[in-house]
Amino acid sequence: MTQVKTSMNRRKFLKVSALAGGGMMLSFSWLAGCKPTPEEVSNLPKAWFELNSYIKIGDNGLVTLMAPNPEFGSNVKTSLPMMLAEELDIDWKNVIVEQADFYPERFDRQFTGGSLAMQMAWKPLRTAGATARHMLVQAASKAWQVPAGEITTKNGVLHHKASGKEAGYGEIASQAAGLTVPEEVPLKKVGDFKIIGNSKRNVEGANIVTGKPLFTLDHKQEGMLIAMMAHPPAFGLKVKSVEDSAAKAMPGIRDVFVIKTLAEDYVRNGFDTTSFTELVVVVGNTTWEVMNAKKALKVEWEKTADATVAVAGWGGKQQSVIIPAGLESTEGHLAKMAEMARKPGKVLRKDGDPEGVFQQAAKVIERTYTAPFLAHNCMEPVNCFAHVTAEKAEIIAPIQAPESIMQALSARLGMPKEKIQIRLARMGGGFGQRAYGHHLVEAAVISQKLNAPVKLVYTREDDMTYGIYRPTYTATYKAALDENNNMIAYQVKAGGIPESPLGFAQNRFPAGAVDNYLAEEWVLNSNITIGAFRAPRSNFLGAVEQSFLDEVAELAGKDPIDFRLDLLERAKSKPVGEQNDYNPDRYAGVLKLVRDKADWKRNKDGVHRGVSAYFCHNTYVAQVIDLTMKEDKPVVEKVYAAVDCGVVVNPDAATNMAEGGIIDGIGNALFGEMTFEEGVPQKKNFDTYRMIRHSEAPKAIEVHFVKSEVDPTGLGEPLFPPIFAALANAIYKATGRREYTQPFLQDKQPLV
Amino acid sequence: MAKINLNVNGKKQVVDVDPNTPMLWVLRDHLNLVGTKYGCGIAQCGACTIHLGDVAVRSCQLPVSAVGDQAITTIEGLSEKGDHPVQQAWLEHDVAQCGYCQAGQIMSAAALLKANPTPSDAEIELGMNGNICRCATYLRIKAAIKTAAQS
Repeated sequence: MTQVKTSMNRRKFLKVSALAGGGMMLSFSWLAGCKPTPEEVSNLPKAWFELNSYIKIGDNGLVTLMAPNPEFGSNVKTSLPMMLAEELDIDWKNVIVEQADFYPERFDRQFTGGSLAMQMAWKPLRTAGATARHMLVQAASKAWQVPAGEITTKNGVLHHKASGKEAGYGEIASQAAGLTVPEEVPLKKVGDFKIIGNSKRNVEGANIVTGKPLFTLDHKQEGMLIAMMAHPPAFGLKVKSVEDSAAKAMPGIRDVFVIKTLAEDYVRNGFDTTSFTELVVVVGNTTWEVMNAKKALKVEWEKTADATVAVAGWGGKQQSVIIPAGLESTEGHLAKMAEMARKPGKVLRKDGDPEGVFQQAAKVIERTYTAPFLAHNCMEPVNCFAHVTAEKAEIIAPIQAPESIMQALSARLGMPKEKIQIRLARMGGGFGQRAYGHHLVEAAVISQKLNAPVKLVYTREDDMTYGIYRPTYTATYKAALDENNNMIAYQVKAGGIPESPLGFAQNRFPAGAVDNYLAEEWVLNSNITIGAFRAPRSNFLGAVEQSFLDEVAELAGKDPIDFRLDLLERAKSKPVGEQNDYNPDRYAGVLKLVRDKADWKRNKDGVHRGVSAYFCHNTYVAQVIDLTMKEDKPVVEKVYAAVDCGVVVNPDAATNMAEGGIIDGIGNALFGEMTFEEGVPQKKNFDTYRMIRHSEAPKAIEVHFVKSEVDPTGLGEPLFPPIFAALANAIYKATGRREYTQPFLQDKQPLV
Repeated sequence: MAKINLNVNGKKQVVDVDPNTPMLWVLRDHLNLVGTKYGCGIAQCGACTIHLGDVAVRSCQLPVSAVGDQAITTIEGLSEKGDHPVQQAWLEHDVAQCGYCQAGQIMSAAALLKANPTPSDAEIELGMNGNICRCATYLRIKAAIKTAAQS
């Protein structure tokens, strides 16, 4: 066992025990909107005892575990409580999981994103579980008058062997709840885990398959009005005037007005991204009525001027972000990016003398890749419920980062943060988009104005054309080989609109594995808004770098896996530079695992294979795709993935996540694209924005995890970037055509 | 506005709405059956799939006035205790990620199996192609449909 200090949670534990008053019964709320059956009610405990923020134990032994993070489908609502249950030493059958509200005084880090949930919760949540167990043991020791060291626990039962005494946690919980939180607790060894590492089904499964109201869009309450908004049809436009008489006269319509969501002089934080700070709002009784009235609005738009927005940066430094005027088009973006790619960029890392080596090399290869803006297209369109009164603001929202929108809410509503409550509804997808809480501010402003509960609903078209897209990028890669086909120089110059993909990635592989290395970046401003999108920046870099390396290996006459393994061996034995951000052994480990599992050297008639490997979000991934051609169209027959994410907490859920990342990646590689003309997003709904569908998914996926006792890292993102390249490399084998421009199927033909 | 009689999940209902209102919004806003989801409003994503008689339809494109006396079944009425073979198979394969599209997927799958109790892989892919899953749980959906077909 490892001893861990409880200090990281101690402040919260102490606060909570003060709140709970030691053994005080706390109210128990069943899943919102889901009535318990009479059978469930009769099984409910008569009293609950809170041992800390995360754990309540009922007098009958039932245990409530709080799921702290917002759930957008990565299964944190199941997998995080598994960590609590493991150290608490209880039977998973007796567990009820409850979604926590946003409550920073009680819970650490209520943010879902960056593939960080498992990693960041690993110690705090296990410590919370172990602390509660320790308090139960102490209470039993006191009650039985036996040394605590002689008491063991198993499946929610305390035992004392010598005296034969035994008690369920429920019998002891009332006494344990009053005890002092220990300074230090032991944590289990990986080999002793019973719950972690054993698949547990989604705790919300039954509610999902029976259509229970789990999402914000499903929320209803007495007196609630429906609001919709019209935003400018183009980036670079704003509201000039509104002719609303026709809309106002329509049945069920209460009001039409314009709202401003952020004050001009408001200093934003990084997640206060908003595409349009002024919106035309229609409010009425029902969704269909409001939807129709919105169509009857006549809004005149005008061009915006150049603007500079103040954004709070790292370390309290304020940055100015330029938002240029103008109506931008994809054609213009591509031309500007091509121009930037020809100029020198800002040097992020330089090893050796790349320029000199390129001039003398035996072989040089240079390739340029581009990728378009992408829309997230969460299945649940943006929406938010708000009820703002003079006393408080109640908000229910699909939001990945509640803490990050509190400043904007507080400033705009003129209300201290303590009076703003955010309930974390299950999200119908997030993918990064739901980290930006503009919809919370919008709904709250509307509710405050009307002094009524309001649900703001975006149509699919509003959602898809609102912005906060994955940026468009370009990267040029260059490699030099010597006469023995060793890679002696490597260069990447990358940029995008309005973000460079390279900023945090200059120390990634193959940096450290090549003597002469150069990474440069550039960036172009835009009024089209961007935001995190599944594996931000990596989703482009992984895709194109791994396509490029495939071509370099081919030029070197080497097998693409051997080529990478040779470079990783170099990075391990004689690394160049000291900032390299990857572990060459773990990187090589996933490549070897996928090579073995896919039987890489096997040749099968008509099957074309591509390989790729990438390290991002702290997890190592290697993938092989088997592709066949059917009537000249590529069919992904099988995907093999090898993953090193340390300890796998919930294996089947982890596999599900990995499968999702792979299929999503194939879909975006083939079809994903948002284009613009005169500032207008050219795709507004799923008739034109192609999403991958059932028949286009791979026929089979095998996910293999490296057996590991290393602390866990995440899976939501790492499987996504490299699959673009595995697919491109397989398509090359099948067709002889390299893919330099995403999406690969520009003509939108389905795969099969 | 017009009073319209409906038969939803075996229960007679009367709603007073604009006859053009799509069944999706009648279910969600007027009958409080929110299991049927709004995804696109143009019958491209399948999140709003319900059964009209035995056939899967996109309720966002079905005006309430066109329903007549045909029985409507939503996810809430697919089974009494959430134990329809398709629902059980969904749990067995732990299909869902975010879960938003799954009611529509399940309704499409149930109708598919009613019409074709032993579909081939290709028939499943074709039958389910109108339902987008943004989390991309397609392989689990296919596996669950095969399991349900066997029971």
